[in-house]
Amino acid sequence: MALTTQARSRGRTGEPTPPRRAPRLRSGQWAAWAFLAPVGLYLLLFYAYPLYRNVELSLRDYTVRSFVRGDAPFAGFDNYLKVFADPTFGPALWHTVVFTVVSLAFQFTIGLALALFFVQNFPLSATLRALFLVPWLLPLIVSASTWSWLLNSESGVVNAALGALGLGPVNWLTSPDWSLWSVTIANIWIGVPFNLVVLYSGLQAIPAGVYEAAALDGANARQRFWRITFPLLRPVSAITLLLGLVYTLKVFDIIWIMTRGGPSGASTTFATWSYRLGFGNLVPSFGPGAAVGNLLIVAALVFGLVYVRTLHRRVP
Amino acid sequence: MRSAAPGRLAAGLGLALLAACSTPSEVVDAPATAASAYTIWDPYPQYDATSEWVRLLEACGAQAGVKVERTGYDTSDLTNKALLAAQQGGSPDVLIVDNPVVSTLAEAGVLTTTAENRLDVSAVSPNLLGAGQSGGETFGVPIGANTLALYYNKDVLDKAGVDPATVTDWAALTAALEKVTKSGGKGITFSAIGTEEGSFQFLPWFWGSGANLTKLDSPEGVAAVTLWTDWLKKGYAPNSVINNTQTTSWQEFATGEYAFAENGTWQLANAEKAGFPYGVIPIPAKSGGPAPAPTGGEFVAIPVQEDTSRYATSQRLVACLTNGENSLKTTTTLSYIAPTEAVQQQQVAADAKLGVWVEAVKVAKGRTGDDLGTKYPKISEPMWGAVQAALSGSTPPQEAMTQAQRAAASATQ
Repeated sequence: MALTTQARSRGRTGEPTPPRRAPRLRSGQWAAWAFLAPVGLYLLLFYAYPLYRNVELSLRDYTVRSFVRGDAPFAGFDNYLKVFADPTFGPALWHTVVFTVVSLAFQFTIGLALALFFVQNFPLSATLRALFLVPWLLPLIVSASTWSWLLNSESGVVNAALGALGLGPVNWLTSPDWSLWSVTIANIWIGVPFNLVVLYSGLQAIPAGVYEAAALDGANARQRFWRITFPLLRPVSAITLLLGLVYTLKVFDIIWIMTRGGPSGASTTFATWSYRLGFGNLVPSFGPGAAVGNLLIVAALVFGLVYVRTLHRRVP
Repeated sequence: MRSAAPGRLAAGLGLALLAACSTPSEVVDAPATAASAYTIWDPYPQYDATSEWVRLLEACGAQAGVKVERTGYDTSDLTNKALLAAQQGGSPDVLIVDNPVVSTLAEAGVLTTTAENRLDVSAVSPNLLGAGQSGGETFGVPIGANTLALYYNKDVLDKAGVDPATVTDWAALTAALEKVTKSGGKGITFSAIGTEEGSFQFLPWFWGSGANLTKLDSPEGVAAVTLWTDWLKKGYAPNSVINNTQTTSWQEFATGEYAFAENGTWQLANAEKAGFPYGVIPIPAKSGGPAPAPTGGEFVAIPVQEDTSRYATSQRLVACLTNGENSLKTTTTLSYIAPTEAVQQQQVAADAKLGVWVEAVKVAKGRTGDDLGTKYPKISEPMWGAVQAALSGSTPPQEAMTQAQRAAASATQ
């Protein structure tokens, strides 16, 4: 996307150059290509090629032997069919949807509420806002390990607190009914700061004059939010949700560290399933693993395209 | 003027690219100048250049007249690293890998056989060598072995009035757990996590019941899952075992509240530091006697090289690590049980506490043995899944094992 807009703007600035200065233009073009080359090479090497390899992996029948020799036979969509027919597919799809939707809904709502709170700039608000960024700054392995200690059924603080309130212990990570919720809660906690930061800057971009006018017209706080803040924040909200979606779809570390996708698959999403197929077994099945990974890429791509479409429709 | 600057820049860029292109040739030169350097990959990243282990490797290199370049990788990374290296034609000269991985790498054609590399394996106990054999060929030498046993906390058992010597079968163990729980202590902790680690810990009970990996849903196999499930139901084992790694399970035992912990030789040093009197007994089989536990520990193998003349030196390096008195040094360094009986006796003579472990290693079995080879991982995955399903209460043991058997059968076809 970035590349196409860049190329387009480049083409537009090139247009007015008159054709009579052709030799000059050619050397200019060479320079342009030279400038483009590093980016192009970088994109090819680190984006296009791995993506191509991943697609190729998913279309071939790789065994450990053919992986080493590089002579895996072409298998068409066999790996995809295998993945679709796998008993893990249905639950993993459902878990991925629930994990993503619930995470996004709570991250966005909490993030927006906090952003509205902090935009009022009270004393110490900058310090408090900085504190809210902590989950975002921590390495995922630290936050995930901390959550798994907190939620440990035997010695976790959460169960101790529940016990003090007279509630029975919950097997957060070891019960099939709870493990998906546990990893979702941890993921919401990690995602709130991102939503807060982006929505906060979006709120600051809304001109104060609009609110003043509305206040003069007698709009109450609720009306100001639903009639002004929410509609004017829509572009920022859309990009926040899209980035959140792409990020949440591929969340792997938190789930893997907290539950390994267990117990017996109760918190397995496409991301952990793909890893388990490719690397989590003594005999790796690279083909199906790559196929699951590609399904995730396609899902993210579809929502990306939807976003681009709606953006175009609004800004003709 | 305007185009001159970009032009100069482009030229500079070109030079930079040329420079970048020239580096690979230097890399190609490097092995030539250091032709005597032999690469060794091991899964012991915890040992740095100053450790006993690395000094031993260097000494063996000096003996063979070559320089040794050693890299330590995380165990779980090493399999894929080795496969990728073989794909790119850059395998190390000597590779030390976890024993169930040997059959995978052998299947991939990454490893030489002992017929090719002339390693002597005649002194090695057959039950330990089994993990490195498939199709009648042997693909490496065990560098040392470890296995699982039951650690017990003497204080907790004394308080409950349990004599550990009487814990020789499942019924006695369950009775002991009941007494401990009644006396206010906690029973037993183990690791039933949804990875290979979980299968590793479950196998002594599975095999100790008389079950076979080719039939997960046999009455014996179901009995083993039921044993664990009942312990959880009755509170003899904590619910956290479902998510325990062997390390977190040990941390639970180290609190001093638990009577028993299923863990391996590698925790001996930590047991000394635990601050309470401890002992070790073999894991009991269902109807008495020690249960066969799976062998842990690594194999030393010589990966296939384009330049086959390197095998002779690699063989000397491996022999140095695994022969006679060096084996004693290696296994002591890595805190393993030696793979040969002669060295095992020396170990027990030096440290009587290792006696239990030597006995356990003698009855231990390779996971990929019984000619399962690369089928084992495809059986192990549904098995740990079934154990988790039964322990978490989502599926009864019988049904969980039936489903696992179905999945394993279709995966190994």
